Amino acid sequence: MFALADVNSFYASCEQVFRPDLKGQPVVVASNNDGCVIARNKEAKALGIKMGEPWFKLRERGFSKNVHCFSSNYALYHSMSQRVMAVLEALAPRVEQYSIDEMFLDIRGIDHCMGFEDFGRQLRTQVKAYTGLTIGVGMGPTKTLAKSAQWASKEWPQFGGVLALTTSNPTRTLKLLSLQPVEELWGVGRRLSKKLNALGIATALDLARTHPAFIRKNFSVVLERTVRELNGESCIDLEEAPPTKQQIVVSRSFGSRITDYESMRQAICQYAQRAGEKLRQERQFTRHIGVFIKTSPFVEGEVYYGNVASEKLLLPTRDTRDIIAAAMKALDRIWIDGHRYAKAGIMLGDFFPTGVAQLNLFSDEQPRENSEALMKIIDSINTTGLGQIWFAGKGVNQAWQMKRDMLSPSYTTCWKDIPVARIH
Amino acid sequence: MSASFTLQLATDEPQDLALPLFLERVPAGFPSPAQDYIESELNLHQYCVRHPAATFFLRASGNSMTSAGMRDGDLLVIDRAVTPEHGDTIVATAEGEFIVRQLQLRPRLALRSLTPPYQAKDINPDELDIFGVVTHFIHSTRSK
Repeated sequence: MFALADVNSFYASCEQVFRPDLKGQPVVVASNNDGCVIARNKEAKALGIKMGEPWFKLRERGFSKNVHCFSSNYALYHSMSQRVMAVLEALAPRVEQYSIDEMFLDIRGIDHCMGFEDFGRQLRTQVKAYTGLTIGVGMGPTKTLAKSAQWASKEWPQFGGVLALTTSNPTRTLKLLSLQPVEELWGVGRRLSKKLNALGIATALDLARTHPAFIRKNFSVVLERTVRELNGESCIDLEEAPPTKQQIVVSRSFGSRITDYESMRQAICQYAQRAGEKLRQERQFTRHIGVFIKTSPFVEGEVYYGNVASEKLLLPTRDTRDIIAAAMKALDRIWIDGHRYAKAGIMLGDFFPTGVAQLNLFSDEQPRENSEALMKIIDSINTTGLGQIWFAGKGVNQAWQMKRDMLSPSYTTCWKDIPVARIH
Repeated sequence: MSASFTLQLATDEPQDLALPLFLERVPAGFPSPAQDYIESELNLHQYCVRHPAATFFLRASGNSMTSAGMRDGDLLVIDRAVTPEHGDTIVATAEGEFIVRQLQLRPRLALRSLTPPYQAKDINPDELDIFGVVTHFIHSTRSK
């Protein structure tokens, strides 16, 4: 048996935990650069605010007075997510963090001690007590069914946010699947569901009753797995440790467009540093460093330009200096003056577990001396919160930085930001 | 007078020079007699934080000192995993704010102010919204 626990309107709820004045008020969270609504609570939903709606449009419609909008505060969300994860890990034997606000739990054998739904309610109570966040819990013999149960627990309030589909009650499963549109299934997107609808497969039950071989032939093995999972055959196991990465990407949209080369260099330099940090966390060395820059494709009257270039190194490296140097070389090859760039990023690939590779016999390139120690020092300074050090190429005055005008304090990760309680 | 020389051909392999190798390592100084008795240092975080996932830090604000000895600017350690009991110092929400009060369960449910005149305000159980129990507070004796 699997359980899927997901936090109700996670980002908005995180903001509300520390703002008692926002209790029962509509809250939305905007994407990076304060662009679109990426999260909303049920009060905001009731006002008719949709996911993906641009914040400036909502402002035009006069929502800025009664709807509280926050910039995404990922430091806060990550901290709260880790807390939820910790509570669940204390209660269930195996937990997989599927996304920032969803966790799969292995709940095999729980029913020897208590009913599955009692257990689900226990999870819910505990998470609420410890973190102030509310979770919904769906349970089923496969991950896909657990996800369907979780969808239903939200759709029908009478379940109280907890629903278990068990093999001992097959009519319930059938009933639920017959009511679930196929596009709401785990792993079935909108495009796929259109194709399925054309074949007369409208509900999850229709899909469950389709022959797996037919699906494999006309769609993919992945969808065949979904069919099998809907019929109670578990095909997707819990992934406790995330698989080693094949690629690291750091990219951001700019707060304001970049038009000069120097600013772009600073941005790329910053992303290169972040990518280097990630690489060292993964304990990998890279040999392939790619850079991309692009303008916004949506602006009228502007020619779209986007390009990518990459550098291949002789020796695998995890030294930020090497990564920056290679990234700058790549940037120089694709930079064109006169464009208003909206986004840039860096990609690292071709990973090695060590810095050793087949050396060229006549090469006199040697790995940098003491590189390991220097990077270790830099990373440790930057993670302890004692201060920040960075390579000068990143610059200090960054007008292009991400725009986060409505950022909430980092209540759980920064001493000067902790909430205040009145004593009289 | 004649001297005899022995001429030797230069060989590819230099002659072996056998040096004795001591298997015993020479200790530099004496090993610490405490080595087998090392314990980890006391950790204040461990002392104050019993449930890391449920612990939040808040800053106390207000002019007067509370009966509990808490003052303006003190760091409050809030443990949400602890069940609030009669007499506990708690953080509750009221009128959109976090407030520090003493929880009173007997004879009636009430929140008692920690500052003079220590008024107790009866409260409807449905309206009581406790953020967490203040398990510790930390006061810095030197102002920064």
